[in-house]
Amino acid sequence: MAEAAVGGSERHAGVVRWTHWVIALSFAALLVTGVEILISHPRFYWGETGNVRMEPLFTLPIPASRGSVPTGYRFVLEDQNSWSRSLHFQSAWLVFFTAVLYGFWGILQGHFRKNLAPGGGQGGDEWTYNTYQRVAYLSVVFVLFPLMFWTGLAMSPAFVAAFPFTVTVFGGQQSARTIHFFVTLALVVFVVGHVVMVYRAGFVKRTRAMITGRMKG
Amino acid sequence: MTRRKLVSSGVAAFSGVAGLTVAGRLAKQYGLVPPDGGGIYGPGHRLTYGVQKLLTGNALAREFPRSAISDRPFANGRPPKDENYLRMKEAGFVDWRLKVDGMVERPSSFSVAELKSFVPRTQITHLACEEGWSFIAEWMGVPLSAVLERVGVRRGAKYVMYFSIQPEWWDSVDIDEAVHPQTLVTYGMNGGELPVGHGGPVRMRVPRQLGYKSVKFVNRLTVTDSVKGFGKGMGSVAAEYGYSWYNGI
Repeated sequence: MAEAAVGGSERHAGVVRWTHWVIALSFAALLVTGVEILISHPRFYWGETGNVRMEPLFTLPIPASRGSVPTGYRFVLEDQNSWSRSLHFQSAWLVFFTAVLYGFWGILQGHFRKNLAPGGGQGGDEWTYNTYQRVAYLSVVFVLFPLMFWTGLAMSPAFVAAFPFTVTVFGGQQSARTIHFFVTLALVVFVVGHVVMVYRAGFVKRTRAMITGRMKG
Repeated sequence: MTRRKLVSSGVAAFSGVAGLTVAGRLAKQYGLVPPDGGGIYGPGHRLTYGVQKLLTGNALAREFPRSAISDRPFANGRPPKDENYLRMKEAGFVDWRLKVDGMVERPSSFSVAELKSFVPRTQITHLACEEGWSFIAEWMGVPLSAVLERVGVRRGAKYVMYFSIQPEWWDSVDIDEAVHPQTLVTYGMNGGELPVGHGGPVRMRVPRQLGYKSVKFVNRLTVTDSVKGFGKGMGSVAAEYGYSWYNGI
């Protein structure tokens, strides 16, 4: 599968195509359920603790799904936390296994080195990523996703019981929650930019390449 | 698809299925399957419970210095309005009883004063709600393990169910969480009685799980080997609403 780079028979290797779509779908589920969970308390804090009786770091100007949160709106949204939480964690597991598979495969097959490392391999045609794109992809893979898992686990009372440093490095569980939110924003910005670029580079052609691996129809 | 690819995919798929089957058997044998392990979110619940139980073992929840205690703890929800509760509250909860039954040698009933006669444990821990807010308080109570020791748990017990005076509020923990030293039958908070807003006179505190596991106004404990006979058999009311039964995350 090493020939998967440009010039080979496939634009994207099978592993890249499968993991791309599984993670894309899981990310959508995580985003929707994450927003549902967020609206039950659209206030953010720094440190260990935070609640409606404490000063927030900032508040999102949106209505909430719990009546106990002062939002300035006269209505309360429907509470969807139960299934949202269950789907959030199930999707996180799916991303975890998929990302581990992708990560190990990418290292063993030289995928990161050849296709994503700035300045590495590939022959400068229209399918080659420029340096900014490479840095963006590598940041998503090696910074944002790991940070997402880390801050997520830092909010888990059982996990931090066993591994306290996962939360103390951030200065507390509310800090981890706030960072989790900003990493989400960064990933949403990435996805929007990614889709816009795919559109501008030829939506059908590029999307087909990520589904079938072929560069031509 | 080439022949080689087909064969290697087949081998991979087969070992995957075989691996999952073996893992499932082992999980069941070692009590790593949660009561809400079925349904569409069953796989996620099983993974979270099984993996977190293996990873966290008997680890202690973080305890904080006195200076970390929140000045303004938030009391979520409203205290019960039923007459029985209000009457007991009026009388300072002298009539409150915590019944303990099920798979125990000596079914018992404890008043708040009797609970206070046990060796107390105080701990300053974090209470985080699944909604996202939290506070830190000092909790005082008797470790559930001490209560269980007093009544004598029979062999084969796997869960401790706990019930609130509020109708339709009950939950459960597995026996390992039940005998964990920080799992408290709590009657005091920040140096005083446990306020009504925080579940007084008696609530559970399970600091390694989110707030909804720390049921308020608890008046009955039942030791059992199966949660099947309670409600829909998913271990808690929360699970019946779609929340995970285990909420260490």
